[in-house]
Amino acid sequence: MFFRLSGVHHANYVSDSRVFKIPADRNLAMFVFLFGLAAPFIVPSLYLNSYMLPWLIWTAAALGLNLVTGWAGQLHLGYAAVMAVGAYSAIHAVRFGIPWEFALIIGGLSSSVIGSLFAFAALRVKGLYLALTTLAMQFVMDWVLTHSPAITGGSHASLQSPTLALLGQEITSDAGYYYVAFGWCVLVTIFMLNLKRTGLGRALVAVREKDFAAAILGVNSFYYKILAFATSSFIAGVSGALLVATFFFLAAPEQFSVTVSIQVLAMVIVGGLGSIIGSYFGVALILLVPGVVNGLFSTASQSLGMQINVETLAHIPNAVYGALIVVILLIEPLGLGKLYGNIRDYLMVWPFDQLRK
Amino acid sequence: MDWVFLAELAINGALTGLLYSLFAIGLVLIYKASSVPNLAQGGLTMVGAYVVLALSHDAGLPLWLAIPLAAVIMFGLGFGIERVALRRLAGRPVIMILMLTLGLDIFLRGTTLAIWGGTSRSMELGVSYEPLFLGDLFISRIHLVGAGVAIALFVGFMVFFRSRTGIKLRAIADDYMASWSVGISVERGVGLSWALASVVAVAAGVIWGEIQGVDQALSLLLLKGLTVAVLGGLDSILGAVIAGIILGILENVGADFLDPLVGGGSRELIVAAVLILTVMIRPHGLFGRHEIERV
Repeated sequence: MFFRLSGVHHANYVSDSRVFKIPADRNLAMFVFLFGLAAPFIVPSLYLNSYMLPWLIWTAAALGLNLVTGWAGQLHLGYAAVMAVGAYSAIHAVRFGIPWEFALIIGGLSSSVIGSLFAFAALRVKGLYLALTTLAMQFVMDWVLTHSPAITGGSHASLQSPTLALLGQEITSDAGYYYVAFGWCVLVTIFMLNLKRTGLGRALVAVREKDFAAAILGVNSFYYKILAFATSSFIAGVSGALLVATFFFLAAPEQFSVTVSIQVLAMVIVGGLGSIIGSYFGVALILLVPGVVNGLFSTASQSLGMQINVETLAHIPNAVYGALIVVILLIEPLGLGKLYGNIRDYLMVWPFDQLRK
Repeated sequence: MDWVFLAELAINGALTGLLYSLFAIGLVLIYKASSVPNLAQGGLTMVGAYVVLALSHDAGLPLWLAIPLAAVIMFGLGFGIERVALRRLAGRPVIMILMLTLGLDIFLRGTTLAIWGGTSRSMELGVSYEPLFLGDLFISRIHLVGAGVAIALFVGFMVFFRSRTGIKLRAIADDYMASWSVGISVERGVGLSWALASVVAVAAGVIWGEIQGVDQALSLLLLKGLTVAVLGGLDSILGAVIAGIILGILENVGADFLDPLVGGGSRELIVAAVLILTVMIRPHGLFGRHEIERV
C-alpha cells in the first residue's frame, strides 16, 4: 500500500549494503528528520522542552545501551552510573574553563574509561552474573558519587550546570536546547544505522551469537567486548552531560541512580534488542506513557467527581510503568521494534502478498 | 579493640545475616527450580508485609490468623505470577526474563503503594524492644526471633525436599527435560516454587517490617538478598543460610572498621564488593554447582 513492493530483492551488493534497503524507509526517515528540524516552529514550546527534548536525549542514551546489549549481547545494569561520570566530568571541565565542545568530549572519554572497567567483568562472566556484577558496580558508583564532596558536593547537594555554549554561541532559548538534543540524537542514530554495515558491527554480532565461534573466525572477542563497552559509554557520557546541560540544569546523584539504569534497560528491551527505531518507540513509551496515564486518571477522577488519594495518584505512574514492561514482553519479547517490523513487512507486500508464498 | 564489643558486633551481624538469608531463600527456591533470577522478590516481600498489615490492622484480624491467611493469599499470587507471566517466556534469553522480573518488581511496588500509600507503618508484632543481655553482650530480641524463623524455614525446607513433592522439585532442578520424560509436571513444579517463594516473602516481610517499618524500603533488601544468594551458590538453601551469616558478620564488623575512615555508610559498599568479588573469583558461590558459563 505505502511501499508498493513485492518484497526486498537485491541484484547487486551495492544495493544490499545500503542503509535503507527500500526507498519508502528512506523517505520515511527523511520525513521524520524534516519534521524534527521544523519542530520548534510547529510544536508548542511546552511540549518541545518537556517531552521531545528528553525523548531525544534518552533515545541517544538508549541507542548507546543498545549497542552493548543488543549488538554485543552483554547485559549492562550500570548504565546510569556511566552517564553520571560523563555528566559530572563535563560540568567540572566547563567550570574549569574548558569550552563546552571539548568538555563534552572529555565527558565522553572519561565515561569510556570508567565504562571499560565494566567490560572487565564481561571478560570473566556473562548472562545473569554479568547483570549482577554491573548492578553491584552501579551501587559502588552511587556510593562514590554521594560520598565524594569534591565531585558532587555531597549526598544531598546538586551541582549547577554552567550555561551551554557551542561554537561561541551561548544557548539559552528553548529552540536552541532542542536543536542541540536533536543534533546529538541524529548523530548517534546515523552512527548506529551504519554500524551494522561495518566490520565492527558484524564482529559485535558474531560475539553476541557465540563468542568462541567468533574466535574461530578470527574475531578477538575480548577486544570487541571492551570496544563495545567503551563506545557505548562514550555515547552515555555525552548524553548524560547534554541531559544535565539542556534539561535538568542541575546535576544530582539521584538523577543517575540504579532505578535510572533499570529504566534505560527497560527502554531498550521494550523497544527491542538491536532495533534502532525500536529504541525510539521504547523511550517514548517508558518516558511518556506513565505521565499521560496519570493525566488521564486525574481528569477522569475530577470529571466523575471521585476523590482519588494524592498518594495513590503519585504511585499510579510507577504501577503503569511496570505493567507496560511486563505486558510488552508478554505480547512480543522482541519489543516494539519487532511489532513495527511485522506491520511494515505486512504492508510492504500488502496487495501482492501472494507473491511471496 | 574491645573483644566483647567485637563479639557483640559479630553476633548481631550473624543474626541480621540470617534475616538476609530469610529473604535469599525465596530467590534460591525459584532459581533452583527454573534457573530464573527473581528480581521481583523485593516487591513480593513488600506485598507480603502489606497484605499482613491489611488483614491485621485494616480488617482487624489477630496476627496469628492474619499471617497464615496472608501466606495463603501470597501462595496464590506466586502461582498466578508464574502462570500468567513467567511461563510464557520460558526458554527465552535470560535478559528478557530478567527484565520481566524487574518489570514485575516495579509493578508490584507501584500497585502496593497506590493501594496502601507510602507512609511507613509499623507491624506491631508484640516483640519487646528491650535488648536481651547475655553476659556483657546485648542482643536485639526481634533479630533473634527473625533468625529463629529463618532457621525454622531452613529446616522445614530440608524436610520438604525429602518428601515426594520435594523430590519432584529437586528432579526438576536437576534436569527438567528428564523430569518431563518421566511424567513430572515441570510447569506445576515451577509454579509451586514461585508459590513457596511468595510464602517465604511473607515471613521476610513480617520480620523486616517489624525491624524497619513497612514501607518502600523493604524492596531495597534485594541487593543484599542477591549477594547472599550468589555467595551461597544461587541453588543451595544451605548456602543461602551460611552465606547470610558470613555477609552479616562481614558487614557489621567491616562497617565498624571502615565507617570512621570513609565517613559512614560503608555497608552498601561492603555488600557490593562481596557481590563483585564472588562473581569474579568464584561465580558458583560456596555451595553452588559448577555449571556457570565462564567466558
